[in-house]
Amino acid sequence: MDISLHTPITKETVRKLKAGDTVRITGIIYTARDAAHKRMLENKDKGFPIDIKDCTIYFAGPSPAKPGEPVGAIGPTTSYRMDKYSPEMIKYGETVMIGKGKRSAEVVEAMKKYGCVYIGAVGGAGALLASHVEECRTVAYEDLGAEAIYELKVKDFPGIVVIDSYGENLYETEPEKYRKD
Amino acid sequence: MKIINKDTIIENVKNLCIKANCVLNSDIKRAFEEGLKNEESPTAKTILSNLIENADIAEKRNMPICQDTGMAVVFADIGQEVYIEGGSLSDAINEGIRRGYTEGFLRKSVVYDPVCDRKNTKDNTPAIIHYNITEGDSLKITVAPKGFGSENMSRIYMLKPSDGRDGVIDCVLKTIEEAGPNPCPPMIVGVGIGGNFEYSAYLAKKALLRPVGKNSEKPYLEKIEKEILERANKTGIGPQGLGGRTTVLWAACEDYPTHIAGMPIAINISCHVTRHSECIL
Ligand code: SF4
Repeated sequence: MDISLHTPITKETVRKLKAGDTVRITGIIYTARDAAHKRMLENKDKGFPIDIKDCTIYFAGPSPAKPGEPVGAIGPTTSYRMDKYSPEMIKYGETVMIGKGKRSAEVVEAMKKYGCVYIGAVGGAGALLASHVEECRTVAYEDLGAEAIYELKVKDFPGIVVIDSYGENLYETEPEKYRKD
Repeated sequence: MKIINKDTIIENVKNLCIKANCVLNSDIKRAFEEGLKNEESPTAKTILSNLIENADIAEKRNMPICQDTGMAVVFADIGQEVYIEGGSLSDAINEGIRRGYTEGFLRKSVVYDPVCDRKNTKDNTPAIIHYNITEGDSLKITVAPKGFGSENMSRIYMLKPSDGRDGVIDCVLKTIEEAGPNPCPPMIVGVGIGGNFEYSAYLAKKALLRPVGKNSEKPYLEKIEKEILERANKTGIGPQGLGGRTTVLWAACEDYPTHIAGMPIAINISCHVTRHSECIL
């Protein structure tokens, strides 16, 4: 059974999630890729352009929306490019990251310490994931184009908890079960 | 001699960009179905079904299959009896890319200066164009948009001749294992063997154009392809790296003569959204 999550997702909720849980997220999430992370953290003294406490960040840069549609295709980008920035984001209050691919030990440490979860969305399923986005508006860094920060209103956005806030990591445990030497 | 007007090229390249990005080729869809049959992991089965559904939604809504509509790689095979009128072939191809990515609502992912400013060119140009002069009077254009989640996982190895066939297979497997979940597995793997440093990479890219399910006509390469596929699907990586048997949908190898002192191997990792559309003018 999928677990329904409603944003903002608090640390208490995050601590209840376990690697392998399938979730459906409803509410507000923000997109940010490396360029947006870099700019947010460089300018943090002036405040964040989003409400960072208990926020959900989706590592994604959509294709342009066609007229009459809220958003174009919007699947996750490879998360390791955000590894440099995520520990600090987590420290400032980010509780959920959505992306694809492995994370560094530093990121996992920060997730354990502050309470944050890493959710995998199906990479390359851009059209399918777009069908769970109801509204999209640019919040900051419009000049970055696809790399700007977008606020997405999502409904039942699907994902799998890949690394939980205790450091359990499906990328480490699951392939081993199917390996045949 | 055949005369082809630049406007014909522009129009065709534009349409190829949109088609390649929105309609998944049937060979890959078949490979998803095949994977679904052989898969042991329930998570992997769900993911493969998601990918089938994703391709259907994209085609129906004329939406990109994946938001990373890539950097446009173009293969142009020009018959030596073709005359292009109205402007240069390169300009026509780039204009076609510009229009395809703009009018087709595709993502513009190209930056001018790779190191410092990284300012977006805003129209996804320039394309990377590989020209090949052929006999005859036709112009074949293939547009193969390539995402960078998988491109970043690609590698070149300058092996020693003594590393032999096992050396080749081992470095392909190593590349696949290191890529893990990052290139959106199930992957498609292009391998270029021989030539020199840059030519092996070109061959690896070209190998990705081969339909999934079609082996090399050279028996020794066919054997290598089969062994790569078999061993890759025993790694356990699985769809999205979350475990399973469907790690690689296809492996294709291309070769070329090389120098007595070397054996270059390039591995171009691609994803389940390996795109290419072609036309012959
Ligand atoms: S690796 Fe392929 S499927 Fe994944 S995001 Fe990039 S282009 Fe899309």
